[in-house]
Amino acid sequence: MRRRRFLRAAGAVLAAPALPAAAQAFLPRRDLAALVASVTGGATPSREGIALEVPALAENGNSVAFRVRVESPMTEADHVRAIHVLSERNPRERVALFHLGPASGRAEVTTRIRLAVGQRIAVVAALSGGRFRLAEAAVEVTAAACIDEGT
Amino acid sequence: MRALAALALCACAAAAAAPPRPEPPLPGTHFLGSDLKALQADDFANPGLLWVARGEALWSEGAKPCAACHGEAARSMRGAAARYPRFDAGLGRVVNLEGRIDACRTGRQGLPAFAPESPERLALAAFVARQSRGMPLAVSVDGPARPVFERGRDLYRTRIGQLNLACTHCHDERWGKTLLAEPISQGHPTAWPAYRVEWQTLGSLQRRLRACFFGVRAAMPDYGDGDLLALELYLAWRGEGLALESPGVRR
Amino acid sequence: MALGRIQVPARARRGEVVEARVLIRHAMETGFRREADGRAVPMNVVNTVTCRHAGREVFRAELGSGISANPYFAFWFRAEESGEVTVEWVDDAGERGVASARIEVS
Ligand code: HEC
Ligand code: HEC
Repeated sequence: MRRRRFLRAAGAVLAAPALPAAAQAFLPRRDLAALVASVTGGATPSREGIALEVPALAENGNSVAFRVRVESPMTEADHVRAIHVLSERNPRERVALFHLGPASGRAEVTTRIRLAVGQRIAVVAALSGGRFRLAEAAVEVTAAACIDEGT
Repeated sequence: MRALAALALCACAAAAAAPPRPEPPLPGTHFLGSDLKALQADDFANPGLLWVARGEALWSEGAKPCAACHGEAARSMRGAAARYPRFDAGLGRVVNLEGRIDACRTGRQGLPAFAPESPERLALAAFVARQSRGMPLAVSVDGPARPVFERGRDLYRTRIGQLNLACTHCHDERWGKTLLAEPISQGHPTAWPAYRVEWQTLGSLQRRLRACFFGVRAAMPDYGDGDLLALELYLAWRGEGLALESPGVRR
Repeated sequence: MALGRIQVPARARRGEVVEARVLIRHAMETGFRREADGRAVPMNVVNTVTCRHAGREVFRAELGSGISANPYFAFWFRAEESGEVTVEWVDDAGERGVASARIEVS
């Protein structure tokens, strides 16, 4: 009982979403499918042979673990040329574009990304033969418990 | 039974009036999610190591470098961070690790002091602290350090800010619980300087403490303020035996 | 000061596919942040990271503000010959950095 009250009182003041509500209002949800189409030129991507690893729940949107892996022999004749990382609700929709090739040997990239709010992320792999692959995942972002701007 | 109680009382005599230390003592890392835990443990990807690398370079830079007097840090600085804050006889006051580095910079190198939270000061502190990684916190709170320790102990229990909470209310009474989504740890200082994802940079323990003041809507003491130093000493005593893990990674 | 690191295995067999890891010190300023005094901090991110081995580009990244501060990357390359594996990066202000690591290929 006492604990509940404490947590509510402290939480109300201490807790703030990763971005103030006003800022979030300026981050409308984009149409991910349209964004994907802008990369593939309208071609329908396959959802096979590609994996996107992001946590379902991120502790802090400033640094979210990210890995994409595409199945490919990575030969001159058959390889992944590029991987686009697209965001549904970040202020900027293009997170990264990775260029790979036969010299890469393996189509896998790991990095850490920023998520302004919880949202869906899409990765589109462009293959040497002109085809595309697509994977998507949703990440929820935990509200930051301390707003310590000014510290 | 009574003998045991008496024994416990004796053991606590040194800390008369200090709240009981959390049992079992757990470093802040214990309360991290698996991702940040793994990031901290990764000897390449832990971003704090960028500051350690910068500190290593600074160690041998300049006309009268740290290395000229202290030689190889791996030997001369091993265990040093675990003893701070401590009473420095030469300076005649209690200093934390950053304060000791400042004293060498101004007093021994004859250079202007670094600003608090400047990249160079953090880099040197992180580099020196790194040399004590895995070593147990072991500070002295007796003799001339005593009044500073007592000041920290009393502050730790003093309600502050609009929320009217003391450190003890969160870090002794509510550790392991969450403040909305954020788990509250036991508030040990072992990870600092640490890379805090919220800041997207490395910061000192004083910066972390200021964030706790801010969190309860209390006026933040200035960097270098006696209250912060006293709290640092109390925290180090309270965390005695826990292994240093700077540069930690924190939410 | 441009500061970054690259890590590759010390040894590999010719043709073996091995991992490279890169960590760069950079604030990756989004352009949306303000200083305490209200001044807007201009956008400045590492916009390109390029890794070369044996005279070939093995990885290149074009980046925006959606990459975390102090960017980290892990990727793979085919070890072709002994020598340096070099990573270069440049930010919006034109500041460049470079780091390299040696690999012995047998
Ligand atoms: C309202 C609850 C609350 C109060 C009161 C509070 N803190 Fe904290 N403190 C937190 C939270 C939340 C964190 C971040 C998560 C964690 O590590 O516990 C934190 C972190 C810390 C840390 C870093 C621990 C680590 O492993 O990185 C220290 C040290 C600390 N606090 C000390 C203090 C001191 C000293 C005071 C009193 C001046 C204080 N705190 C008051 C909630 C609180
Ligand atoms: C001219 C010699 C000299 C230089 C240069 C110097 N120091 Fe020192 N340092 C000392 C001496 C002597 C002590 C022992 C305390 C004292 O008597 O002041 C000391 C103590 C220390 C300690 C405390 C060690 C312990 O075990 O408690 C640290 C940490 C330290 N120095 C860091 C540095 C750093 C970092 C630099 C470079 C920025 C530096 N020093 C440059 C002479 C020097």
